Amino acid sequence: MAASNYNVDLSLAMRMDPVAPGDWLLVAPLVITVLGGALCLMTRKNTDAQPKVAIIFLSLLVAACAGLLARVLDKGVITMVAGNWLPPFGIAFTVDALGATLALTSSVVALAAAVYGIGDVDSSGRRYGFYPFLMLLMTGVCGAFLTGDIFNLYVWFEVLLISSFGLLVLGNERAQLDGAVKYALLNIIATTLFLIATGLLYGILGTLNMADIAIKAREAGLQGPLMTVAVLYFLAFAMKAAAFPVNFWLPASYHTPRIVIAAVFAGLLTKVGVYALLRIFALLLPDARVALADVIALVAIATMLTGVLGALAQTDIRRLLGYLVISGIGSMLAGLAIGTTPALAGTIFYAVHSILVMTALYMAAGVMRGLGGSYSLRELGGLYRASPAFAAVFLMLGFAVSGLPPFSGFWPKVLLVDAALVGGHGWIAASILVTGLLTTIAMGRVWIYAFWRGGAEGTADGQLTSVLVPAPGMTSASIWLPIGLLLGLVILLGVQPEFMMQVSGRGASTLTEPLGYLRSVFGGAVQ
Amino acid sequence: MRTIIFRTIAPYLAALMVLFSIFVLLRGHNEPGGGFIGGLIAASAFAIYGIACGVAAVRRAISLHPMSISAAGLFVAGLSGLPSLFMAQPFMTSQWWYLNLFGVEVPLSTPLFFDIGVYLVVVGSITSIALALEERESD
Repeated sequence: MAASNYNVDLSLAMRMDPVAPGDWLLVAPLVITVLGGALCLMTRKNTDAQPKVAIIFLSLLVAACAGLLARVLDKGVITMVAGNWLPPFGIAFTVDALGATLALTSSVVALAAAVYGIGDVDSSGRRYGFYPFLMLLMTGVCGAFLTGDIFNLYVWFEVLLISSFGLLVLGNERAQLDGAVKYALLNIIATTLFLIATGLLYGILGTLNMADIAIKAREAGLQGPLMTVAVLYFLAFAMKAAAFPVNFWLPASYHTPRIVIAAVFAGLLTKVGVYALLRIFALLLPDARVALADVIALVAIATMLTGVLGALAQTDIRRLLGYLVISGIGSMLAGLAIGTTPALAGTIFYAVHSILVMTALYMAAGVMRGLGGSYSLRELGGLYRASPAFAAVFLMLGFAVSGLPPFSGFWPKVLLVDAALVGGHGWIAASILVTGLLTTIAMGRVWIYAFWRGGAEGTADGQLTSVLVPAPGMTSASIWLPIGLLLGLVILLGVQPEFMMQVSGRGASTLTEPLGYLRSVFGGAVQ
Repeated sequence: MRTIIFRTIAPYLAALMVLFSIFVLLRGHNEPGGGFIGGLIAASAFAIYGIACGVAAVRRAISLHPMSISAAGLFVAGLSGLPSLFMAQPFMTSQWWYLNLFGVEVPLSTPLFFDIGVYLVVVGSITSIALALEERESD
């Protein structure tokens, strides 16, 4: 077949105008992580080279995401349709301030994890593929944040899910397989629901392009079938995001893998679910969000409170942090339940804060284990004496996760509580504040037991019983650099929140007034 | 399974299947076939060879670890999307070159390289699984 003999008018099917090289930043995160992941996989046996390759590629990823965010803030929403086909038939990548911000935050966290992994993941873990899985996980995460096609979103969910299975069972311990089965089962159910809902949506509206869905769903109005699809989506992504009552997989699995893997999971995976909820309910099906607002509010309040109460009841630090992840998801859902632009901005800011602080806290838990020899609050003690500097770091992270100023957790809660009071949702505002108080108590409990108390459980006040011998490697830069980086960002967002406020405001207004998003996909003709 | 007939015929059969898999891969752009199905055929060739002559023989024959083949395929597939960058077109827009080899026009394209990548990914991952299962069996 000699295609050169055909004389076809390509402009009917393809975009003919040239694409600015800067728009390639949109797919750069995917290309970088796929190529980097493939290189890491090829050099799997060379365990010394792997971290270097991964760190180089993840640094490129951070740079690309930062460039992408700068471009989105400069030019507005960017769209690139793979293969140059006209939307809605080509698979579109469409990025707004929301997607770019979350992609940048995630890539920073992944870079921190790659550095932390130098010390935490031994050579057998590297041979089993820690770095390739991490890179391909980032392909899935970035792809989910950047795509403008709902079936493509499903594909990225699969990519990140498969990589996360690999990471979760790295090491093949009994507890890990146990955790992985629970994690895998619930996530596969959620993904299947997602796929079923997408099939139904395609049957109703005849399109998979997100901008096209947003237009057609607004034209169709709220009808029974669309509402069914919306409920299915809500259930599917509530499972992914670990919202009450479908969150039991998270505390059952997050304490089993290596701590750096738990840190990445806690930072990223649930937030992808929250992102999908934001995208679908705020942008695609806003009428369904209004109809479901009360349900979402109830789920949000229950998630917040059960999460933090669970955290109060735990003695294993990793499980405690897992419950705090859940509690944070509740706060983010609260913004979706209120649904105004400031509330959604609060949700976006909270997601960024939660990604950074939860990853840092899990890494800090790894350091506590390294210094004190245990994850259990019953056995830990005397950490303040072992490392006063680390005690200060942990205290700051604890304040940040509780939402106390001057750290990053404060501002999103201000936005959310303010939006809740303005919208007349007193209960939501009250729950956010109560959750903040209980989180402070939970973190204070960790602080008192692990840092202030002189030794393990039963040590009398003022006595120092345990002489701690830190595990080897606890002074290496690969441990402290990533924690320092994340803590620095947490403090920066707390002290200088204006930039983040502005960015999350931009992200939220694209969701509530999507004209810019739609025009970016279909050109200026869209009303 | 290791009868003398099977062991004699298996290398020839495997060689034929690999050849056929490449044929299926290359015809796949406009006709039924392509990287995925071609890769499956090649992987079953290695599986048959493994059943007949043992897993060690297969590993020696393909010399690279199957997962590395898979990763190389992913790399090729990822690279195949990039040439359109230089033509000011979006990611993965297909580019064509018409080579003239001895009077025959040979169309080469980026989708072909993408398909080769898919072929290698499928060959690598399925072979990896098949060999692991066959090794279990012989324990």
